Amino acid sequence: MKRLLAHPVWAGVAGMALLLALGAALPRWLLFLCTMSAANGIVSLGIVLLMRGGVVSFGQGLVFAGGGYAVALMANKLGVTDALLLTFAGGVVAALMALPFAALLARYRGIFFSMLTLALSMVLYGVLVKTESLGGSDGFNMSRPTILGMRIADAWSGYVLYALAVVVSGVLAILARIYFESARGLVSLAIRENELRVEYLGASTSRVMAANFVIAAFMGGVGGALAIMALGHIEPQFSYWTTSGEFVFVSILAGHYSVFAVFVASFILELVRSFSSAYFPNTWQMVLGIFLLIVIRFLPRGIGSVWVGWQARKEGRS
Amino acid sequence: MTPILSARGLNKRFGAVVAADHVSIDIVAGEHVSLIGSNGAGKTTFVNMITGYLKPDRGEIFLEGRDVTALGPRQITQLGVARSFQIPQLCAEMSVLDNMLVAAACGDGALSFWRPAHTRDKLDRAAALLERFGLHLHSRRRVAELPGGVRKLLDIAMALTHRPKILLLDEPTSGVSADEKFPMMDTVTAALGSEDVTVLFVEHDMDIVTRYASRVVAFYSGRILADGAPDQVLVDEEVKRYVTGSAH
Ligand SMILES: Nc1ncnc2c1ncn2[C@@H]1O[C@H](COP(=O)(O)OP(=O)(O)OP(=O)(O)O)[C@@H](O)[C@H]1O
Ligand SMILES: [Mg+2]
Repeated sequence: MKRLLAHPVWAGVAGMALLLALGAALPRWLLFLCTMSAANGIVSLGIVLLMRGGVVSFGQGLVFAGGGYAVALMANKLGVTDALLLTFAGGVVAALMALPFAALLARYRGIFFSMLTLALSMVLYGVLVKTESLGGSDGFNMSRPTILGMRIADAWSGYVLYALAVVVSGVLAILARIYFESARGLVSLAIRENELRVEYLGASTSRVMAANFVIAAFMGGVGGALAIMALGHIEPQFSYWTTSGEFVFVSILAGHYSVFAVFVASFILELVRSFSSAYFPNTWQMVLGIFLLIVIRFLPRGIGSVWVGWQARKEGRS
Repeated sequence: MTPILSARGLNKRFGAVVAADHVSIDIVAGEHVSLIGSNGAGKTTFVNMITGYLKPDRGEIFLEGRDVTALGPRQITQLGVARSFQIPQLCAEMSVLDNMLVAAACGDGALSFWRPAHTRDKLDRAAALLERFGLHLHSRRRVAELPGGVRKLLDIAMALTHRPKILLLDEPTSGVSADEKFPMMDTVTAALGSEDVTVLFVEHDMDIVTRYASRVVAFYSGRILADGAPDQVLVDEEVKRYVTGSAH
């Protein structure tokens, strides 16, 4: 049993089953909080994937909003209501949005990459605010989706969307883990350290980086789709730089050593957000800031480094 | 016999500095060629041009008769030319073994999104190559913690991962103490022993050159001063004046 759970796929499946069972006992507000943690966590997982190649996107709001708006429009205008289909479509639309910029962005590193992605997301923000047919700065509401051809009853909607978020983020987490362990995943890490060497070993650094950008965009779009379905409302704020900043916050909190840590970090953010906005209104960013400072000071490689470190020590002993 | 590598009239300037001045060389398969010359003579520039990192201002480079002048390092590598670096180019935060696995992954053609980097087969091959270089005891160590000589060897081992036809070594023994140079070159030549590879190595130590080279090319301020068997080149008056008799 222990050996089996050491395998990422089975550990992921077991984790999903546990969360699905646990969800039945959770109060509605906590279900919603978990759903948003999962949705936002997927977006941050995309940033972590980029971070492993040495770049950080400060503009994942672009694909988060892109996926979200696409899903809301498909539901309202085209009558596509299936939640699973919409989730997938959100990812595909976001990936298609990223595709034309992938080759360009793949040439940039460091702050230039970050600022270019930020710029793209702010362009979208500007367009969304000015587009009256999309509700301008107020955005618009989306009707409740269906699941596998069934209407979702009011009493169940919280749990169904939670379950969807758990399953989708679980599957993407497993796939991300497989990718991180793959030949390409290792080469991503090598690019972060020494691009010259990677080119001299015969691999294309720009192609790896471009592919990573598109994969991260897909994840951002999926996150946006899950978020809009849970919120029932979308607005240009999805693409605003503070939204992107929160995704980066979670990625840095998590570090790039563990996929699971990303969702833990995302949950922490949602928890801090909801408690401090209740108890310290208007100062919750300060609470987040202090929290991040503490993590950077004591766990510079992110909270994921805690259990990845344990594992390494355990393997070292055995 | 067509040369495996052929440089024709290579020129390269950096502002006022002439780093390559009509450099023409034909290399025959199986040769062990040493490139000598004082600091700044243009040896690294030559290696950089051959491997596509620098474009010559003028001149052409042929690999087995094919014009490769316009290609970059990645394509040149894929054609079977590998190199090591004057300053080892490694992933310092990774283990020695992981560096070897990066090398293995890169040469796999299309990089797989799902096939693991650590397969038994790849691990075995990496371990075998590390053993040939005497690096197996370090395989779990982080590269940043290792002494210079070990990094130099790892740099070469990585270059050798995909069985290149031509291997260019830029000062393989620089940065190691004098009494370590010979053992190090012995390790490298032993590791190369079973490979059918043409080797060009940049070297400052003339004892190493005489022992390991079948041919010597002497550079001086971007020009080739002399090219031939070691016992001819090393007694050449100009070579003695400008290369061997100089600062070193
Ligand atoms: N990228 C560059 N930009 C400007 N000048 C350069 C560049 N690369 C090399 N040079 C100059 O070209 C000349 C040849 O340099 P190169 O590195 O080829 O010498 P070398 O023979 O390898 O010397 P060393 O023994 O010190 O390694 C030197 O004067 C050097 O300063
Ligand atoms: Mg040099």
